Amino acid sequence: MSTPADIAAQPLRDRPDEELLTINMGPHHPATHGVLRLLVTLEGEVVRSCKPVIGYVHTGIEKTAEDKAYWKAIPVVERMDYLAYYFNAMTFCNAVERILDLQVPRRAQYLRVIHLELNRIMSHLVWLGTSALDLGAISMFWYCFREREKVLDLFEQSSGQRMHTRYIQVGGVIEDVPPGWADKVRAFCREMPRRVDQYAALLDRNEIVLRRLRNVAVVDEETLLGLGVTGPLLRAAGNPWDLRKAQPYSCYDEFDFRVPVGTVGDNYDRFKVRLAEFYESVKIVEQALEGLPEGPFITDDRKVALPPRHELSTSMEALIHHFKLVTEGYRVPPGEVYAPIESPRGELGVFLRSDGSAKPARVHMRDPSFVNLQVLPHMVQDGYVADLIASLAMLDPILGGIDR
Amino acid sequence: MPDATGLELIAQDIREADPDAVLDTVFFRGRATLVVEPRAIRDVLETLRGKGYGFMASLHGVDYWPEEPRLGVIYELLDMDSVDRISVKVRVHTDRPHVDSVTDRWPTADHQEREVFDMFGVVFDGHPDLRRILMPEDYEGFPQRRDFPIGGEPVIFTFNEDHVPGYPD
Repeated sequence: MSTPADIAAQPLRDRPDEELLTINMGPHHPATHGVLRLLVTLEGEVVRSCKPVIGYVHTGIEKTAEDKAYWKAIPVVERMDYLAYYFNAMTFCNAVERILDLQVPRRAQYLRVIHLELNRIMSHLVWLGTSALDLGAISMFWYCFREREKVLDLFEQSSGQRMHTRYIQVGGVIEDVPPGWADKVRAFCREMPRRVDQYAALLDRNEIVLRRLRNVAVVDEETLLGLGVTGPLLRAAGNPWDLRKAQPYSCYDEFDFRVPVGTVGDNYDRFKVRLAEFYESVKIVEQALEGLPEGPFITDDRKVALPPRHELSTSMEALIHHFKLVTEGYRVPPGEVYAPIESPRGELGVFLRSDGSAKPARVHMRDPSFVNLQVLPHMVQDGYVADLIASLAMLDPILGGIDR
Repeated sequence: MPDATGLELIAQDIREADPDAVLDTVFFRGRATLVVEPRAIRDVLETLRGKGYGFMASLHGVDYWPEEPRLGVIYELLDMDSVDRISVKVRVHTDRPHVDSVTDRWPTADHQEREVFDMFGVVFDGHPDLRRILMPEDYEGFPQRRDFPIGGEPVIFTFNEDHVPGYPD
């Protein structure tokens, strides 16, 4: 069998039936995971160059956020990476809390971690389902979305929304979890590792999947670091960089979990790393539920967080605070911070500049998909066009986050 | 993060090589920022790479309107071994918004410099492919600048796509 490299080694004049063909893949293409347009130059079945063209779902979220009070900007920034909404809200609130120099109660931090890790499981489930679909395994899609529904149900119970929950607030979370919720999460945590075992049984021993993924789209660690790639892509190449371990934020340093890494840096390692991350996330959720401290779920700093509803009818001061917060919002001291966290796709950071007013002067999201997308041409160069689809799936880009 | 003293030591090292390169140092909420001359940005980043800050985590554009110089470009550098971050900032005027591109040494800056060009109009000299990245190619204006009004543009539909301002055909 001649590999793409063998074909490339032959001079072009020996292959008179082949010539370069430039085609558009997307923007409306089910395998591009959104509205991504790829300008692909093909030589027969072999990809000679690939250029991502983005901006089709640019909605100016950063600009919109500049026009909102800090707490009203949370729902806006949540909608960027629409599979990791808790992460978007978390990094934004982290940055505001850092400028305000605000302490978050421990119960709130634990609740945040529980939701973040459930969100990571949910995001990886969508990745696994759609990636398997791209490899031709349609049943995986239904299995993954079955479990995803369970996570979304948990989100709905704790916050009232399935997606874009606006649960994480500056200073804590919007409300405590309802009674009985923890038991449902525990039940989910008992079930989930078994489900991941089943996914692995379906895919990890599947001849087709293995041959489609192994030694395909190998990118070395040096190139990845130069391109600023983080997250499972970098870990698949053997670099154990995970902000949850390296620069623990919130209360991640209190949990015992491992960082899965790959060895080769091919699509199979990317697949395995994410699969292993399911188990680690479940472990974190279980530990956080076990050690969930009692106490307030949001800061008692009345200048930032809304007073409890019942205080409004008895306390004039609470009423004034409520009025000020809802109308103007709170003012944030001038300054600039950069707050990164580990999203399901890598380093999700927000650069926040405050000019002292009640609205952010600049919100810039360093979205991991936007930066990671730059590695795609390196992944698919001189590979088959069918592997381009698989590589794109293993890259796991979210176009809402790329275009913002 | 280097602490406030560490930041001054780094600034001192850079000043020894180029006395006018560092304009200011800012230490705020544990974040160390070097404000440098735009002409020296490549040298400063190279010096910091030599100190271990080899990973460029992010690149932001900022508009400091009404302050002058208005536009800012911020580089977030990361040392993965000692888990240490430092920011480098340059400020340029809107009438001559030129900064040297660092794409050849930090390939990650490719998309991000294009985004800053797209949103703020900062021209990165030496960038291999400086085009708009998120906004349409024929768009006029720099939407993230502070004096660009929000909602200041009409929504394009099929019926008006050929005559809305800013979208010449």
